Amino acid sequence: MSTTVADPDAIDLRPPLLSRALRFCRRQPLGTFGLALVLLIAITGIFAEELAPYNPTANDFAAMTEAPSLDHWLGTDQFGRDLLSRIIYGARTALIVGLSSAFVGGSLGLVLGVGSAYFGGMIDMIMQRVFDIVMAFPLIILALAIVSIFGTGVQNVIIAITIPLIPRCARVVRSAALVIREVPYVDAARACGFGAPRIILRHMVPNVMAPFLIMVTAFVGQAILAEASLSYLGLGVQEPVPAWGLMLQGGAEEYASTAPWIAIFPGVAIMLSVLGINLFGDALRDTLDPKLRDR
Amino acid sequence: MYQYILKRVLLTIPTLVGAAALVFLLMRLIPGDICLVRLGGGGASFDPKALAACHAEIGVDRPMIVQFLEFMWGAARLDFGTSMWSGKPVITEIAARLPISLEIAILATVVAVSIAIPLGTISALKQNSWLDVLVRVFAIGGIATPSFWIGIVSILLVLDISGAITGRPWMPPIDYVPLWKDPIRNLSMVLLPALTVGYRYAAVSMRMTRSAMLEVMQEDYIRTARAKGLVNKLIINRHALKNALLPIVTLIGIEFAFLIGGLVVTEQVFNLNGVGRLFVQAVQNQDYTLTQALVMLTVAVFVFTNLAVDLLYGWLDPRIRFN
Repeated sequence: MSTTVADPDAIDLRPPLLSRALRFCRRQPLGTFGLALVLLIAITGIFAEELAPYNPTANDFAAMTEAPSLDHWLGTDQFGRDLLSRIIYGARTALIVGLSSAFVGGSLGLVLGVGSAYFGGMIDMIMQRVFDIVMAFPLIILALAIVSIFGTGVQNVIIAITIPLIPRCARVVRSAALVIREVPYVDAARACGFGAPRIILRHMVPNVMAPFLIMVTAFVGQAILAEASLSYLGLGVQEPVPAWGLMLQGGAEEYASTAPWIAIFPGVAIMLSVLGINLFGDALRDTLDPKLRDR
Repeated sequence: MYQYILKRVLLTIPTLVGAAALVFLLMRLIPGDICLVRLGGGGASFDPKALAACHAEIGVDRPMIVQFLEFMWGAARLDFGTSMWSGKPVITEIAARLPISLEIAILATVVAVSIAIPLGTISALKQNSWLDVLVRVFAIGGIATPSFWIGIVSILLVLDISGAITGRPWMPPIDYVPLWKDPIRNLSMVLLPALTVGYRYAAVSMRMTRSAMLEVMQEDYIRTARAKGLVNKLIINRHALKNALLPIVTLIGIEFAFLIGGLVVTEQVFNLNGVGRLFVQAVQNQDYTLTQALVMLTVAVFVFTNLAVDLLYGWLDPRIRFN
């Protein structure tokens, strides 16, 4: 007589994805609202060509600083460019910069943070001092230097924003990884003769995913704000690329009292996107952190 | 305790030296030549001998290692030389711009602390009430809104409102006057920037206060305090808030350190001549000495604020001992 023993790995005891998603929506209404905002901005950015009523870079000198109307829902800027179209295309710039800076910065920070905790000793000490230096270094100066060396443009803005994010993620991840380093399964992996890269990437990294995901979500919002600030200072994305921060730099201050819509709508776009990301990030933190789950 | 302070001060040396090396290299990687800008400004032609003389005058013709060692030796004696652009001592240049940035940073901290701690505490104590939701929305709004945009909108509002009331839009003064000389003139210049920066700062600190208070309020010693019949005010002030202050103080310290030299955008919006704008001008002019000194100032403020925060821990929580 033989009995069949089911493969324990094949049994997924978790509820299906849809019911988990619905539970998240029910428990985290603000987070769901945030997620909806993020999705809306993502869709706007992806389908900018289809959604934008006008060419975002086309000047129309017959329609300069026009107030919001049926033709131009959010009005026009000092060159007659349609603000709604520029905001729609600006979503794409914000998303590209926000997502790539957050993921590249976060992932490098993740590996460096876990590596620093795993090796400990001198390597950890040196890495901590390097993180100290980068964290204490003013972001604007780093951005100015990068832009002066490599030139302006989306790619260099991403580099300038990514570098300061690396040590910030590494710090948080390292503190979580220090606890995991002492857990028996890491000793067991070492006893099995696995190399450091395998232990770090396959055994330690998956176990610090909760703080990592929380950090990366917060980074997306911070990167969007940093991009807006750098573009506003003239150090980020350059004209005529539609970017929210850049839209505030152009004629926003000059025409503030006669055409306030130029200054107001791009700011609202930045605010809503960062708000959405933060609300979603908070909900994610509450869901992933068991200590906060019931608060 | 003294041994701990000494050890921590010694540990700041590698950070300061590392930052010095980083800024020294970064500045020299930037293409361009300050002498070309000085001599050839406006498209004027110049003698190549004049260029060599200029290089010799500011000392950039010497080997890099000599320049670096000279910079480090000067930094160790707090002597950063003269600005390559204006020819004035670097210390004089910074001293002229530091007061306004420092005042805005201190005022913004005062605004942030006086909003964040009471509102964050109330929000935690009245968790899930309408007041809590209101405070959280206010806080998350502060984090999501770029401070330079709040600056632009607040200037717009002040112009419109003052124009509507007096018939003439009100403009803040342009030149900086110290607070003790003319408080009204001084505050009319720095209050709006301080409130703008303070809102974001308050928002971050408020969220931290709320979450720290929520955590502390679930501790056993709070239950014990309640069980022995202590009044709520005493429990909150003496038992809960003092223990919740550790992460809040850390955050306030880090944010304050970032404000010195980090106010570039705010200074740009409000047209203020502070350290932030001096930073941008120094890098754009390729003024090595001034940029190096400014970076050393911001990094030193950052590391010493962190040290001060760590020392405050011992006072806030007597269980923490410095060994």
